[in-house]
Amino acid sequence: MIINGVAIDDTFAEAFGMRGIRLIITAYNETWALHSANALTGFATSVIACGAEAGIERMMSPEETPDGRPGVSVLLFAVSSKEMIKQIERRVGQCVLTSPTSAIFAGLDEGDPVPMGKTLRYFGDGFQTSKQIAGKRYWRIPVMDGEFLVQDTARMVKAIGGGNFLVLADTQVQALEACEAAIADMRKLREIVMPFPGGVVRSGSKVGSKYKALSASTNDAFCPTLRGATKSELDERIGAVLEIVIDGLTDASVKKAMEVGMRAVCRIGAAGGIRRLSAGNYGGKLGQYQYHLREILK
Amino acid sequence: MSALTFTLRSAPAQRVDVGALSPAALAGGAVSDIAAIVLHVGKRAVRADQLFEIAGDDTTDIVFRGDCSKLERIGAGMKSGRITVEGDAGPYVGQGLLGGTITVAGSTGAFCATGMKGGRIDIAGDVGESAGGAIPGEMKGMAGGLLLVGGNAGDRLGDRMRRGQILVSGNAGDYCGTRMIAGTIAVAGMPGAYPAYGMKRGTLILSALPARMLPTVVDCGAHRLGFLSLLYASWKGLPGPFGALDAGACTVRRYMGDMAVSGRGELLVRG
Repeated sequence: MIINGVAIDDTFAEAFGMRGIRLIITAYNETWALHSANALTGFATSVIACGAEAGIERMMSPEETPDGRPGVSVLLFAVSSKEMIKQIERRVGQCVLTSPTSAIFAGLDEGDPVPMGKTLRYFGDGFQTSKQIAGKRYWRIPVMDGEFLVQDTARMVKAIGGGNFLVLADTQVQALEACEAAIADMRKLREIVMPFPGGVVRSGSKVGSKYKALSASTNDAFCPTLRGATKSELDERIGAVLEIVIDGLTDASVKKAMEVGMRAVCRIGAAGGIRRLSAGNYGGKLGQYQYHLREILK
Repeated sequence: MSALTFTLRSAPAQRVDVGALSPAALAGGAVSDIAAIVLHVGKRAVRADQLFEIAGDDTTDIVFRGDCSKLERIGAGMKSGRITVEGDAGPYVGQGLLGGTITVAGSTGAFCATGMKGGRIDIAGDVGESAGGAIPGEMKGMAGGLLLVGGNAGDRLGDRMRRGQILVSGNAGDYCGTRMIAGTIAVAGMPGAYPAYGMKRGTLILSALPARMLPTVVDCGAHRLGFLSLLYASWKGLPGPFGALDAGACTVRRYMGDMAVSGRGELLVRG
């Protein structure tokens, strides 16, 4: 399959079942809502070492948020319910509770409970108060700028992490610009985030390493500087490979994001130095979900 | 099907407990069975059809007509359905209400909504003393649901209230929110003397402070409280002044008390 001069590999992205959660952070203005959201979703690129993968889903107008202030919707993904609960307690406690004027609410109404205000309330040292409004419980924790309003419990659902595609281009700059175009289009979608810096990752990994302590190491088959020295997947024209990783709340949302991203890259096409689209997988042995590139772009 | 209507043949001279005439108690019953229900007028036992003219057959939609001010426990323990009182009602309206709605076109006696856990009670007129309060011997009063009062409330509104919301469009009597444990009371008019007497936790939202205040209710200053925007938004569309509150106007003067007890209650005065 070739689209606009871009060869689509006959391969698939291999993704994993995760636990996903949506949270809504509001603040006095958009700037402060973003400060808090950026902190909460910071250092959350990969569950390998961060404990969670997270990103900003979208900005929310005051009309859309529970308390009528500007807000940010964030998505966070973890490998287990237990890890999710731990991450939410830490991240909300350290990044939202601490952020001036902030408040935080559950963004999903269905799913398994994740304590939020339920545990953070103890920061109030007995001065915290709860309010049940329209069937939902909130905690009001006195802080130095007034009150921190936090919903008692958020909800997590079964989600998907690790949808991906690889952009193979003539040069590093061409690969990067194509990924930027893809990310710009993908960010218009709901229920997904691209957790890596700017949504793009350059250090794709393979399972295993020559070093016993490491479970993953650089994906040498896609490293252009090793083209002659290893069993490379790259031909002589490919100068750089970048990957876009997608975490989503549903199978359909991950698939849609991959399609939108890959079509944006294909629009640039061979004229812009884009040669191939591929995907990262583990031979189909590890992940529960497979996203075949050619099926998605059919 | 039409609403099951109980029209009083004449105003009873003494109190009548009509707690048995609720949707759950009457569900599936034939009109003849309902007519045979024994009620007590004072110490005298009478059949329901001696007291009321009974019409209609929809046991989920019950109407009381006539001078019902001697009828006690209207809708007590109701789980679902609707009761309408086309006039005044006696004490204990909606006692232990779990769900459904009770609408009273007139005023009610004391202890309206006592022990209520869910559902909604709309009183167009006034409520007597201890609305949402605990009856003697009970540890707590209202424990959930919504009580809307179109007129004024008597003394000791929400005494020992545990949860739920009471919204009063008119004035409240003395000791509003006394011994309150949790929940929310809002009064659009003027409260009587000494609100928050013995209040442990919970929220009183007032338009103004009365002249006679407890020294153990302390001023904490004017603040923007974010939860009020959610609260006001949840009231949007309700009849009366609270349904029209601006959800963005959540700066209030906050008082805490009663410091003579645990003092975690709050009295919020809207600007």
